Amino acid sequence: MTQYIIRKILVAFPTLLIISVLIFAVLALAPGDPLAQFALNPAIPASTRNRIREQFGLDKPWYVRYYKWSTSMVQGEWGYSFSSKSPVINIVMQRIPQTLQVVGISYLIAILIAIPIGVISAVKQYTFFDQIATFLSFIGGSLPSFFTGLSFMLIFAIHFHWFPIVYSTTLKITDFVTLKQAINQMVLPVLVLVVQQTASLTRFMRSSMLDNLPLDYVRTARAKGLNDWTVITRHVVVNSIIPVITLVALGIPGIFAGAIITENLFRVNGLGQLLVTSIQNSDTPVVMALSFIFSILVVIFNMIADIMYGIFDPRVKYN
Amino acid sequence: MQIASSWKRSAALLAAALLLPLLVACGGAAPAAEPTKAAEPTAAAAEPTKAPEPTAAPAEPTATAEAAAPASDPKSLKILYWQAPTVLNPHVSSGTKDFDAATVILEPLAHYNEKDELVAYLAEEIPTIENGGVAKDGTSVTWKLKKGVKWSDGTDFTADDVIFTWKYASDPKTAATTSSNYTIIKDITAVDANTVKITWAAPTPNPYGSFVSFSGMILQKKQFENCIGEKALTDAACQAANLNPIGTNAYMLKEFKPGDTVTYVKSPTYRNADKTAFDTVEIKGGGDATTAGNAVCQTAEADYAWNLQVPKAALEPILAGGKCQPIAGGSFGVERIVINFSNPDAALGKKRSEPSQPHPFLTNPKVRQAINMAIDRKAIVENLYGPTGVADCNILVVPESVNSKNTTCERDIEGAKKLMDEAGFPEKDGARADKDGKPLALYFQTSINTLRQGEQAIIKSNLKELGIAVSLKAVDAGVFFSGDVGIDDTLNKMYVDMQMYTNGPDGTDSAAYLEGWTCAKMNSAENKWNGGNDGRYCNKDYDALFAKYKAEFDTAKRTALAIELNDFLIKDNAVIPLVNRRTPNAIINGLVGPTYNTFDSGLWNIDSWHK
Repeated sequence: MTQYIIRKILVAFPTLLIISVLIFAVLALAPGDPLAQFALNPAIPASTRNRIREQFGLDKPWYVRYYKWSTSMVQGEWGYSFSSKSPVINIVMQRIPQTLQVVGISYLIAILIAIPIGVISAVKQYTFFDQIATFLSFIGGSLPSFFTGLSFMLIFAIHFHWFPIVYSTTLKITDFVTLKQAINQMVLPVLVLVVQQTASLTRFMRSSMLDNLPLDYVRTARAKGLNDWTVITRHVVVNSIIPVITLVALGIPGIFAGAIITENLFRVNGLGQLLVTSIQNSDTPVVMALSFIFSILVVIFNMIADIMYGIFDPRVKYN
Repeated sequence: MQIASSWKRSAALLAAALLLPLLVACGGAAPAAEPTKAAEPTAAAAEPTKAPEPTAAPAEPTATAEAAAPASDPKSLKILYWQAPTVLNPHVSSGTKDFDAATVILEPLAHYNEKDELVAYLAEEIPTIENGGVAKDGTSVTWKLKKGVKWSDGTDFTADDVIFTWKYASDPKTAATTSSNYTIIKDITAVDANTVKITWAAPTPNPYGSFVSFSGMILQKKQFENCIGEKALTDAACQAANLNPIGTNAYMLKEFKPGDTVTYVKSPTYRNADKTAFDTVEIKGGGDATTAGNAVCQTAEADYAWNLQVPKAALEPILAGGKCQPIAGGSFGVERIVINFSNPDAALGKKRSEPSQPHPFLTNPKVRQAINMAIDRKAIVENLYGPTGVADCNILVVPESVNSKNTTCERDIEGAKKLMDEAGFPEKDGARADKDGKPLALYFQTSINTLRQGEQAIIKSNLKELGIAVSLKAVDAGVFFSGDVGIDDTLNKMYVDMQMYTNGPDGTDSAAYLEGWTCAKMNSAENKWNGGNDGRYCNKDYDALFAKYKAEFDTAKRTALAIELNDFLIKDNAVIPLVNRRTPNAIINGLVGPTYNTFDSGLWNIDSWHK
């Protein structure tokens, strides 16, 4: 096991190096200019824009810039954002709590809902409950978040005035009223994300259960005279949840990636929103930092998923 | 069998459920009860989804009250921008949003008001030739500063701060976005602690080129003293200062989350602190224009929404919420069609769109005239812009004094057809061809934007009526406006026959803008397509008239010449103006103060806003 982990970690370094070169090259080749907004403004002539590009180091070829970026990165220096002229790391740190709150909570809720629904759906296959659950998870999985988001906004915020449209990031929870406000403003974005995530997890849980239900050990358990509840919870669920756990672990880096569309729609200042506005503004240092953090997380959680598999499934041996 | 039938049932249910919300979304308010039904099953089946509901349910009455509370609170002001401010030092800003967010803290010597007149802010009065502030020969200007102005840290504002701002912004290493407003200065001297004399590098007819409007905001010397040059961006203390400038205006910074929210509080040292209306001001950025409009006009969560740049069809239902008013006026710029006078044919290789290659038929004035006459501006405005634009025949519309009254642009398709016949492009089966029988066809590009694709469609059908086939192209705005030399799809290279975008003069002086049609400014490979004359229009008579305008220092004569230059371009159809855009801001009923503004920030007078 230890050997396996060490080998994995050793492989991770070249992987990350290649990823960083690729992202950097793609960003450098992509068209765009951090000062594109000023392209037509006669008050900001081309000479000024060129000078600012030089100041940002954008006049150099991409491999020179990559060398500079990677050497300072190794020293823990993330550079400064072109649009806010302040250290990238500060901006990223500022965004993490909001993303963890909104995307993290919805992921948690989605797991808590999806597993029981998936189990019941499989056990009571083709019943009314299963039909409804299947049907809804198809809808949840296929409706894009900009559609559900806008619909929820239209219905619950504009029509019924139950929840606000604008997510206030300056709200500090000091008493019961502000706590209620905080929950209120989180309901819609969380709901949008829960609908989506529950859908896919439910499908996985259900199919994993269906794979296990007809197996011999289930019949043996029933033959021993165990009641249905025990058979399902102690035997089938425990076995079917293994692939789902892997899936959940692999989904965790996705939490840090934020929910680009939902965060933008509800004005949650999370990492997803930061990523998309930075791409729009050609703010390369921020885009680079975020994509690199995501790649590190993906590599780490892949490893964790592998290890967890070994722990939960005694048949798997890493040698 | 069982599986098959269950699939059929599921499919039918799925289709029904998918249609339902769609119908509702299209149907508007009346069937709004139905989508709740569609949404409910999700909650019912997914039991724990109910979890958030109970929390919401008891909060219901308060929720409505709370949503309304911040807006009706006379002591707080909430502003929504769909672009988020990222830096508060205006001299290193990267867009209007940053200038506007800085305006709440910092002040220039003078702001423009909605009538394009200067209003003194840090200046005691506006210098003119009459009061002796402006030198008659255009070599210098002397500003008297307001006495007793204090920075929010309690220190005095003096002439040194003005001089410092010039040194800071004009240093090439600072890479200030506003540098062109300061490199025109040769020297500034402090006549006394409250008077500065600016000497220009070259005599100028415009004495207000520096220290006015959003590009003229003055930084505190004490705070930025060590930030001149490269340090402006790389030094940690300077980076912190860029996010937290000390100012002289009515509000000072409380908290700034770059790319998200700026929160301001009353500045106790402001000269009229007793008249400051709000305890807190908040600018929240991000999202999109439509929901920002809804948050003001429908749910009253915010008091002011900036730049509702949405098509008429989306804007009208928002404004129908009745809780707000739109303020629109002045000019956000003129949406125009630029005609390529050079030949963009790809077969020319490197000579493509070079000024040396004349366009096969757009150089014919009759063809340009016919295209202009064929375009239905009325349809564009009525169907797409609504309150956000007016049909326009001039390329120079602001300030109002230079908006020519000598031009017309009524649609006349029959007249246009006649012109095409005269030009030697006879019609045959609804299409026109040149002498060699080659059919007339145009490539027409613009940026990707719902509104612009609507315009493209109207113009395409207009020109089809005229007998010209138009192929449309839409380019991502980030690419189209990037000026990136390595890409062919930029507006600078203009490898098409016509293109459309919005532009306008940046200040009340139109010289830099009108220079964009002179021969010297033609884009070409030689100047890396950065000249500014993307249509490659070149006319000696225009150049001569422009030279006369540039040398004229008398205000009245300058105005007359600016109008003459505009009329020249319009009569020659050098460019085809379509719409004067008046992108509106929405303000909540009861908020007093906001105005539209052409040459300055929409928040220019925020010190006097109140509810």
